[in-house]
Amino acid sequence: MIEAMSPRLILLVPEMILFVGAVVVAIMGLSKNHGVRSSLPFVTCAALIASIGAVGLTWTNENAHAAQLILPMLGRFVKPLLAGIGVWLVLLSVGAVDRRMERAVARGRLAFDAHRVVQGEYYAFFLLSLMGAMLLCNANDLIWLFLAIELVSLPTYIMVAVGGSGARTSEAAVKYFFLGAMSTAVFLYGFALLYGSTGSLEFLAIRESLALQAAGSGIDTLAMIGLALILLGLCFKITAVPMHFYAPDVYEGAPTHVTAFLSFVPKVAGFTALVLILSCVGWAGHSLIDSDGVRIAYGGLPTPLAAILWMIAVLTMTLGNLGALLQTSIKRMLAYSSIAHSGYLILGLIAGATAGIEAIYFYLLAYGVMTTASFAALCALERRGEELNSFDDLAGLRVRHPVMAWMLALSAASLVGMPPFIGFFGKVYLFIAAFEANQFGLVLAAVLNSAISALYYLRLAIVPLVSPPSARSEEVKTTGSRWPQLAAIVCGVGTLLLSAMAGFLLDSAKASVGRTAVVTTAAAADSTDQAE
Amino acid sequence: MSMIWISILFPIAAALAVAIGPTKSARWTALVGTLVSLLALAIFAWNFPAWKSAEHFPMAVGPAWIEHAGITFSVGFDTVSLLLALLTAFLMPLCIIGSFSAITERTKEYYGWFLVLGASIILAFAARDAILFYVGYEFTLVPMTLIIAIYGGTERRVAALKMFLYTFLGSMFMLAALLYVAWELRLASGAWNFDIDALIATSVRLPSSNQYWLFAALMVGFAVKVPLFPLHTWLPLAHDQAPTAGSVILASAMLKLGTYGNYRFALPMAPAGGAELMSVVAVLAIIAIIYASLICWVQTDAKRLVAYSSVAHLGLCMLGLFALNPMGAEGAVFYMVNHGLSTGALFFCIGMFYERYHTKDTDVLGGLAKRMPIWASFMVLFTLASIGLPGLNGFIGEFLCLGGTFIAEHDGQSGYYGVLGPWYAVVAGLGLIFAAMYLLILLGKIVWGPLREPATSAVGAGHGAHHASLPRDLCFREIAVLTPLAVACIWLGFQPKPMLDAIAPCAKRMLAHYPAEIEKHMKQSGTTQLTDNANARAQDEAIHD
Repeated sequence: MIEAMSPRLILLVPEMILFVGAVVVAIMGLSKNHGVRSSLPFVTCAALIASIGAVGLTWTNENAHAAQLILPMLGRFVKPLLAGIGVWLVLLSVGAVDRRMERAVARGRLAFDAHRVVQGEYYAFFLLSLMGAMLLCNANDLIWLFLAIELVSLPTYIMVAVGGSGARTSEAAVKYFFLGAMSTAVFLYGFALLYGSTGSLEFLAIRESLALQAAGSGIDTLAMIGLALILLGLCFKITAVPMHFYAPDVYEGAPTHVTAFLSFVPKVAGFTALVLILSCVGWAGHSLIDSDGVRIAYGGLPTPLAAILWMIAVLTMTLGNLGALLQTSIKRMLAYSSIAHSGYLILGLIAGATAGIEAIYFYLLAYGVMTTASFAALCALERRGEELNSFDDLAGLRVRHPVMAWMLALSAASLVGMPPFIGFFGKVYLFIAAFEANQFGLVLAAVLNSAISALYYLRLAIVPLVSPPSARSEEVKTTGSRWPQLAAIVCGVGTLLLSAMAGFLLDSAKASVGRTAVVTTAAAADSTDQAE
Repeated sequence: MSMIWISILFPIAAALAVAIGPTKSARWTALVGTLVSLLALAIFAWNFPAWKSAEHFPMAVGPAWIEHAGITFSVGFDTVSLLLALLTAFLMPLCIIGSFSAITERTKEYYGWFLVLGASIILAFAARDAILFYVGYEFTLVPMTLIIAIYGGTERRVAALKMFLYTFLGSMFMLAALLYVAWELRLASGAWNFDIDALIATSVRLPSSNQYWLFAALMVGFAVKVPLFPLHTWLPLAHDQAPTAGSVILASAMLKLGTYGNYRFALPMAPAGGAELMSVVAVLAIIAIIYASLICWVQTDAKRLVAYSSVAHLGLCMLGLFALNPMGAEGAVFYMVNHGLSTGALFFCIGMFYERYHTKDTDVLGGLAKRMPIWASFMVLFTLASIGLPGLNGFIGEFLCLGGTFIAEHDGQSGYYGVLGPWYAVVAGLGLIFAAMYLLILLGKIVWGPLREPATSAVGAGHGAHHASLPRDLCFREIAVLTPLAVACIWLGFQPKPMLDAIAPCAKRMLAHYPAEIEKHMKQSGTTQLTDNANARAQDEAIHD
């Protein structure tokens, strides 16, 4: 059957599996049987694992190239990355969704009411959002890109709203939705201008057209404004500076397991979209071989775009780190830390093909593991049935919950970039990429920011390990489920173990991006021919 | 090569065993771990073929860690790094034994972290890959921060945070500098490679202005660790708050990472920058010597006093290193090892009376020779070693450092041009006189004189079980800790030559580019002076003929 499908369709098998999973989960969530409902997270995990297998089977060289993608092998790394981290993101939410409702039903205080359970929806939306992020890798035109990135966002708006209860959650959901809609409008406007200038929606055609413009009188102002708007719009997804304001409020207001999701999946999606869009423009210092074997320097990132990215990078990391310094709420602190990490990641965008993109995906992997570890540790604990939020709650955690305290410390060490944790190698590789692009100033900014970040990450390690227990932290208990603890342990230890495999992981990231050059060469050769 | 890895990995394995195993056996597991590490390193040193040369052994490049980034697991020692690693491995078991009575809570974590700390310091000394070095260098912060923050005194958290932040900020600059050099190497050779020798070979060819900034960035990282004035402010606090064994390892091994970093990276990598900035560093070192000595003079807290004296002594070590001639460099390296021995021992001695009296205040305590004669004799011995009494180990290093500074004159009569010279040596020499004064005052207060004991802290009364178990004078275990250190101090004092001979080729290698660079720098900055000096030298030679 698979042979009969067109290559573009074959590449979508992982998404299809997730979609089927989403439907199954949504229906199962309505079951009256408690056992069926409590198996939902594991069905979700099964779908994710199956989709990883499907990527391995379907994402071959021929299929990818036949599908005319701008970065043909990208999906082979990004999709397993999303699904792989996704598994732990599911596990850290086990028992958290519908908690009160399930407890009441179990105690017989409440009859099961299919209208009031949201578990099924939650996991279905979870899968759909991941599916959107995966679909981005298959995008070969602006429409697809737009639909995919909206598919990432729309379920998250709902996840924020349904995952918890209370005014804060609602506030977070509304804020997230309206600002998200605004950012969508911004980058959609950018798409329109880009289309107006290049006359095409297809990435390859846009690239050709932009290359022609660049070779002629320079890139059109219209296209430039369009690209700038796209950048700004996508900054919302990656919580980068002009569009970062929502992050602390939403991260704090959303239930912790949703926050964990928000800090990873939209970020991967946003960066993938940015990589795809910027691939259409090309990066400086990236040269191509035309059909006659002559080396042509590629136009590169136009100065205005590079300047915008530069400013975004520096402001994002600086504001993120300074903001994080001032927080007393752990979730707000992690929100600012997420902003700061986006700033580091933009280094990779500026550095560009191919080292920069590899560095981005390697860093996203590292970031996914370490941030999931810290959120999972928070999810595994509760105080009087509420989730933990202040540093007071964590004081002296070691006494009662040594393992979770250590996992928080491990993730903090990795987030700050302490060797030999995975975060360190992520940073080193980003810096290397920035050096390759001659961005010494950016490296300096990132170095200073890393040092600032030590101030607050150290707190995340010291408070649980060293401080004496406070009155608040005496009441901290583990939640009913052991799965979040497992997720915390796996990801926490992963920050250490993955760095032993850093070479292999980097090779995989490289293999997924390195193929750009092949297609680029062919396309650029065409465009130069036409230009002549 | 396998011996090196055993000395690094066995303590880590032992740390895991400590973490999993029962609390009771933690200290013994830790002791075995450190002893095996020492043994492995001793076997390696016994078979070390390069004692007489400046080569690294083993030379082979280790297995790749991250192939595309050129990061490898390459380890190998030259004489200097081997000596410092041996010093670390030698002190680790002593620290473990010395902690038996001091640490009564959270013992498993303590011993586990201590093992990891030792392993990571040895890794930093052994690494021949810059990133591997950075991993060891930077990771030392984690166990040390926790050891201070968990087991320290009343201000332990502030002390730990301050230490972490200072060092972390500094080493980020150092990392950026190392990556920059690797990038230049990448441009030249087409592949990423972090082999230290390859990096040095690349960076010495960089333009002077680049080397200037490179040197400055590396120096910021290492100067924090040394610590050099004005970046030293974290150290007294950290020492004051750290538990005894933590102070010992901090002073003896971790600070040496800073001076070693200068020896291995900053000076050989950027000779042009080093030549240009040597006088700045030398002036800072002299300020450190005088300033810290004056603080010591008025210090009534014995541990802080030794901590500040550490700042002064390492200032002298840096001065010797930045004399940039073989005499000074040899002296500095020799001094690194000896400072580790004598200051480490002093911290042990202070820890021992602190455990008995719970105070380090020299106004409250005094005349302890009457109570603790064995302790007093050790204390006097190590203080004299620290002052630099001829016949003990401290003297040789100090003498060579000062001598190196003295002959680093503009006229280059020693074969090496320098910008320091007699005046620098004289001012730094004042520091030695101060050192004798404040350390002898310390001795006079707490060892001799009328017996003064804090009223509430009568020995063995009401201080919990573990303190009651301590005898009035040193017990066998404590003597066992101090004796090897005393033997080493005396032995090196009388037999410095084998070690100096071993250091000499490495010192020469480090200075390979310096005579030329300094000459060039002096020509640029003051041509007339140089010609004057050259004339003077010509006249001198004529007279001699």
